[in-house]
Amino acid sequence: MPPTKTDVAPEQSSPAQEAEPLSIIGKPLMKVDAMAKVAGETLFADDLAFPRMVFCKMKRSPHPHARILNVDTSKAEVLPGVLAVLVGSELPIPFGILPVSQDEHALCLDKVRFVGDPVAAVAAVDEETAEAALEHIDVEYKVLPSIMSIEEALADTDEPIHASERIDGNVHKAVTLQFGDVEEGFAEADVVREESFFFEGNTHLPMEQHAAIAVYGADGKMTVWSSTQTPHYVHRAMAKVLEMPPSRVRIIACPNGGGFGGKSDPFNHEMVVAKLSMKTRRPVKITLTREEVFYCHRGRHPVKMWVKTGIKKDGSITAMHFRSFLDGGAYGSYGVASLYYTGALQTVTYKIPRYKFEGLRVFTNKPPCGPKRGHGTVQPRFAIECHLDKLAEEIQKSPLDIRLEKVVEPFSTTANQLKIRTVGLKECLERVAERSDFRKKHRNLPRGRGIAITASSYLTGAGLPIYWNKLPHSGVQLQLDRGGGVTAFCGSTDIGQGSDSVLAYIVAEELGVEVEDVHVVTADTSLTPVDLGSYSSRVTLMTGNAAIQAARRLKPLLLDPAAEKLQVPVERLAMAHGKIFDRQYPEVSMDFAEAVVLAEAKHGTLGSTGSYTPPRSRGRYKGAGVGPSATYSYSACVLELEVDEDTGWVKIEHIWIAHDVGKPINPLLAIGQIEGSVYMGLGEALMEEQVFRKGVHKIPSMLDYKSPTFVDMPPVTSILIETLDPQGPYGAKECGQGPLLPVIPAVPIAIYDAVGVRIDETPVSPDKILKALEGRLAKPTVPEYDFPPPAEVPPMREDS
Amino acid sequence: MMRLPPFRYFAPKTAREAAKMLADHAADEAMAVAGGTDLYPNMKRRQFTPKVLIGLHRLEESRGIEEDDDGVTIRGMTTLTQVENDEILQAHYPAIAKAARLVSAPILRNMGTIGGNLCIDTRCNYYNQNYEWRKSINFCMKKDGEICWVAPSSPRCWAVSSSDTAPVLMVLDAECTLVGPRRVRRVPVKSLYHLDGIDFLKKERDEILTEIHVPKSNGMRATYLKLRRRDSIDFPILGVAAAIETAKDGTVEKARIVLTAVESAPVQAEKAEALLVGKKLTEEWIDEAAAVAYRPAKPLDNTDLTHAYRKKMARVFVARALRELSRG
Repeated sequence: MPPTKTDVAPEQSSPAQEAEPLSIIGKPLMKVDAMAKVAGETLFADDLAFPRMVFCKMKRSPHPHARILNVDTSKAEVLPGVLAVLVGSELPIPFGILPVSQDEHALCLDKVRFVGDPVAAVAAVDEETAEAALEHIDVEYKVLPSIMSIEEALADTDEPIHASERIDGNVHKAVTLQFGDVEEGFAEADVVREESFFFEGNTHLPMEQHAAIAVYGADGKMTVWSSTQTPHYVHRAMAKVLEMPPSRVRIIACPNGGGFGGKSDPFNHEMVVAKLSMKTRRPVKITLTREEVFYCHRGRHPVKMWVKTGIKKDGSITAMHFRSFLDGGAYGSYGVASLYYTGALQTVTYKIPRYKFEGLRVFTNKPPCGPKRGHGTVQPRFAIECHLDKLAEEIQKSPLDIRLEKVVEPFSTTANQLKIRTVGLKECLERVAERSDFRKKHRNLPRGRGIAITASSYLTGAGLPIYWNKLPHSGVQLQLDRGGGVTAFCGSTDIGQGSDSVLAYIVAEELGVEVEDVHVVTADTSLTPVDLGSYSSRVTLMTGNAAIQAARRLKPLLLDPAAEKLQVPVERLAMAHGKIFDRQYPEVSMDFAEAVVLAEAKHGTLGSTGSYTPPRSRGRYKGAGVGPSATYSYSACVLELEVDEDTGWVKIEHIWIAHDVGKPINPLLAIGQIEGSVYMGLGEALMEEQVFRKGVHKIPSMLDYKSPTFVDMPPVTSILIETLDPQGPYGAKECGQGPLLPVIPAVPIAIYDAVGVRIDETPVSPDKILKALEGRLAKPTVPEYDFPPPAEVPPMREDS
Repeated sequence: MMRLPPFRYFAPKTAREAAKMLADHAADEAMAVAGGTDLYPNMKRRQFTPKVLIGLHRLEESRGIEEDDDGVTIRGMTTLTQVENDEILQAHYPAIAKAARLVSAPILRNMGTIGGNLCIDTRCNYYNQNYEWRKSINFCMKKDGEICWVAPSSPRCWAVSSSDTAPVLMVLDAECTLVGPRRVRRVPVKSLYHLDGIDFLKKERDEILTEIHVPKSNGMRATYLKLRRRDSIDFPILGVAAAIETAKDGTVEKARIVLTAVESAPVQAEKAEALLVGKKLTEEWIDEAAAVAYRPAKPLDNTDLTHAYRKKMARVFVARALRELSRG
């Protein structure tokens, strides 16, 4: 039975929750790839090697902004050991992850736009030779004034970073959305507060550097192995750039050593090794250095924000007006989506009846920003939670109560036309408050010690694909072997989050086999049905539902001959633990493998497919594509810390975090995602910053770009809240991104509780805390900008 | 990935032999390597491209810690892990063990040596970058360039002295043995350093640091406090070593305060030391000494956190070190 597309009331069970008690789902099982990872057997992209393989290095711009006058590769081409040199004009077709932002080239054509932008590439017999050859490529530049901030981007400039009719100066995109009359809302309010915040940019810092290997075969087919989160989108971009039929291009995503959004774009190095393989007729490999990973970036946008909120004395919000200004870096990447996301989910956490969003993304001469865990919603969540804490104080209400009373209603629709389904946020808030003793501690801890409570929500998979189509978002194909093994094929990509394991658990659960009997083949555009990729917290829900559908289509084929053989009515048969058995007389049974053989004899070769498409979103306005999701996860966090007033040093004492995960497919993996989110969130809150000096990344190394080590990690109490969402497989929602959101604002809010100063920007570093204590910390500001008039908002679609 | 430039590797058996090998090569051709935790990453980034490396790991009698009538001798190739865990040091010179423990992370301390830590290259975030990065700012004075980016009008390089063990050995009045191709000499650790980010060691380039001699503690109490962003891996962005010898009534007879990571060499706070002699370590005198001691700190914007903050912290950390010592 296909997963439901219609909303059902929460008390009704979804098709996924009926029938047998679950034997695998919800259990703390080992990941299917755990032993291979621990034993060092997992082959990451950089581990792959082929006979006759050669190595690629890319020559990168030393200037933040310059016109390329000439590239002379003649000296490099004749060096011993150099097989090919590539320049931009050989791959002139632009690409980019979003159809609206096809603004990147494999190698720069006419301009370089940040330090690290590639202009040429070499394939040579080894890395040393390739690197040495780069020195023999002469590039003549005309250096242009560089634009390193939002303010500089908005100032008049003779030389915009991207010259295009569609782009006004350096303004990549400006949007205005209005839902209801916010001015009327402010007039109704008892308290109206407005203020600005700043969220510093930061990067993903995956352990594994990006790597790619291309093999252009004698058969004219191109195969590329890459550490990518989105093989399907790389497939499309690669075919376009190489001007090859997509049917002859195959992309295989290797297991990623961490992604966090940093491997979700098609990248220039992938195109470059492919073209070099065509030129050399040899396998070509590149593994980026850590510095180059900082240049690939696509990380968190630095965002300046302004928010104005009206509330009544009882704490209810009458209206909110939110403005965001994103420093996008040199290219579009996911930027248009990132921009909309800074305005999309404000309404999904708390009830906001009237809402206005104005947003702006500019180009600057820095590595492009894009999606990082919590994509575009992390910065506004920081602002809103800090803002709400101040509002609560202004009306003398507990920060817990003001949140509890505002939580969105389950199965409601927000002002910006997003459909809410299950909501476990109240329970999240109550549980973390109770476990941490928040009510007793808040405003009552000794000076220097503070506590905060925060809340958030996140998507469980983007409701729309990156490019417009009506196709499924995820597909699963199952194949049975006569020994009882089940192979699950799916385009989903394991980036360490455990998506291969989730696929195996669900298939095993549905077919009643052991997890060890399931083989997963994933992330290969020639072997596996399309899955859009590991982004937007979509995989468990979408691949999970597709897997359930595929398995449930296979089941009757197996049960039917088994019923005949066992002489039991088919409705009485159940599948579990590798057996097919009579529910009434369980000793009447047969092995799964035997059933497979009977079924194959009866039906011929066995297999099935399943797919999933999220429910249609309701909004029809321009921009309504960003924000809709099958369902939303919810998180709440209490953070307790201590501040050393002489040094401004912060010690996080404890974090209690509750996450509405719907239903954990594997609680161990869910908690792993929560703890990882806490860790990443604390890094962003306390120390991480992607900053530039003289046009150059100031600290592109894992030593100098400060991110916490595990000795800096505080104790974490994770609480899983189950709401059994009708959209999710077995009721599951996401848990990979949402739990990061409430952690970051909790740091400055707890600092205020501890020592009475407000830090409205990240990172909350000790020097800023000292400055604030001395009353010398400047408040963040936002630039002046004339936003376009609000886009028209047509009436919503009816629920389909 | 970043790769080491090619080099020849020699493994002499004696320090004199190693020194001779260094002397036989031109200055930029040969370098000595102890644990390699500082040198190899720098070689990958092309701060150094020696054609010859003289490995010290095979030197005979180059490791270990021994107590004798004059105090304790720590051999140069003793790893930081050994220093950190040594019972003699823990009992009589806990500040040395503590400083060693605060260096980097366990895996690097297993390789890194105390001799190497004393000779560690100065650091600067205009310098500790790969070749391409440095090229994009047209290099700096310390390597391949003309200017000190952190102080563009300065005639000298302002890279930061980053040894954790040096300030502690200095406050304990330690000395070290330097073995050259022709002579062996013993110099105070404090005279090993120069206020210059490039030419930061007064040691001759063909001298090998073989031993560190720490005099008997005679009731001298010492401590070391380190400021860094994370509780592991990071170099100091400020370090304060302090040592105090007091009479029975608590009157200070001898005081030593050395700041590190706020200049191109460890800085001795002599005025503060002199001020404390004859005083008792009361809150007033501690604050007074800290107010004097932090003045010679000259942090600049070439490492983590702001320099104004680091300067301010120098005062706080001196006071905290002295307060710790006042508690006995």
